[in-house]
Amino acid sequence: MKRMLACAALALAAGAAQAQTTPPDELVKQVMLDIQRIIVEDKDLQSGDRAKTIRLIEDKALPYFNYVGMTALAVGVHWRKATAEQKKRLAEEFRTLLVRTYASSLSAFGDQKFEFRPLRMKPEDTDVTVQVRVLQPGSQPVIVEYDMERTSRGWKVYDVRVAGISLVVNYRTEFGNLVRDKGIDGLIGALATKNKSLAAAEPKK
Amino acid sequence: MSARALILVLALAGAGCASTPSDARDPLEGVNRAVFAFNDKTDEMVLRPAARLYRNVTPSGLRDGVRNFFNNLDDLYIGANNLLQGKVEQAMSDLMRIAVNTTLGFFGVIDWASDMGLEKHNEDFGQTLARWGVGDGVYLVLPLLGPSTLRDTAALPVDWEGDPVYWHTPVDERNALTVMRTVARRADLLGASRTLEEAALDRYVFLREAYLQQRRSQIHDGRPPRERPPAD
Repeated sequence: MKRMLACAALALAAGAAQAQTTPPDELVKQVMLDIQRIIVEDKDLQSGDRAKTIRLIEDKALPYFNYVGMTALAVGVHWRKATAEQKKRLAEEFRTLLVRTYASSLSAFGDQKFEFRPLRMKPEDTDVTVQVRVLQPGSQPVIVEYDMERTSRGWKVYDVRVAGISLVVNYRTEFGNLVRDKGIDGLIGALATKNKSLAAAEPKK
Repeated sequence: MSARALILVLALAGAGCASTPSDARDPLEGVNRAVFAFNDKTDEMVLRPAARLYRNVTPSGLRDGVRNFFNNLDDLYIGANNLLQGKVEQAMSDLMRIAVNTTLGFFGVIDWASDMGLEKHNEDFGQTLARWGVGDGVYLVLPLLGPSTLRDTAALPVDWEGDPVYWHTPVDERNALTVMRTVARRADLLGASRTLEEAALDRYVFLREAYLQQRRSQIHDGRPPRERPPAD
């Protein structure tokens, strides 16, 4: 019995190791196509059911994001001054904001076509950028880039750039202004208020 | 009221808001915020409704055709800027695009060139000046035209000269084309402006950062030097 359990544990560990070694470009492709397939098969998601969309992102996309790392990068030099509790709250609020913003653009996902650019990387690389060209009928094609780092739990996204605009860099100035004027707690408060107003503006379904 | 007088009025209005300039790149933040508010209102009342209407009444295939048509008109000027920046290969590719799209693509309505792997470039005289070593200069928000920098504003008259719509005659046709192009391009940005609305804590700052980042990316043809490594 013990041996059987050990075997099962080993098999699980092997499975996990396999997941870790999924190359970053392959991972992005799998996740995007998986989410697109789910949206195409689900009328609620196409019509913009916000709660369901948020759940989809949390289940399917968020595990591949290092959102604590993203928060640290966006908060920038002030991150070191934050207490552990403040860091936790910052990361939670930022995560909520990112998920909501992402959710609002996701209903269009169904009609989009993705061109996955092959990634040229060396086996020892720990920091890469995966490019995807997003084509949508009736709109200009957009290049989306995922900056990814190798971690012990597989490749994780730490920044997203849309048409050359980095999410992390864009928030850095806003966050810096707020911290300078109102301190770290002020930034946490501003994020919380923003998230509440977005939640209140959502159509109830 | 002439555009110059309008700028002056807005500048005076902005000088009244003595907000502390928080960013070295944006010493005119007070004025810029006033112009931003004016642009925002104009967009909300005029341009956004027109763009929504356009998007709602036209099939996406037609919108693709309209966009391609105007994009094709831009390619000659884009090629000229590539040449000025010493990017001969890109300039040749732009010429090929025009040749293919103007003939096979019915005056640019169908973008066969992109399908053939001749990628669309984005160039203007502001980017050319940047390649020649001219820095951004201060950040500016121009009435009706939106985010810019001192360098990009100085380059605008050259861009206008290089714009086939701008020197098209008769004037009423030129005006019709200008309106159509403006509405069509705004329609392409409806999704982006909604994201801005939702994502930003301070929309003025968010748009400024987005503009400066996007310009930096365009100047380096989508491959700007990396800024900093990730932290834990």
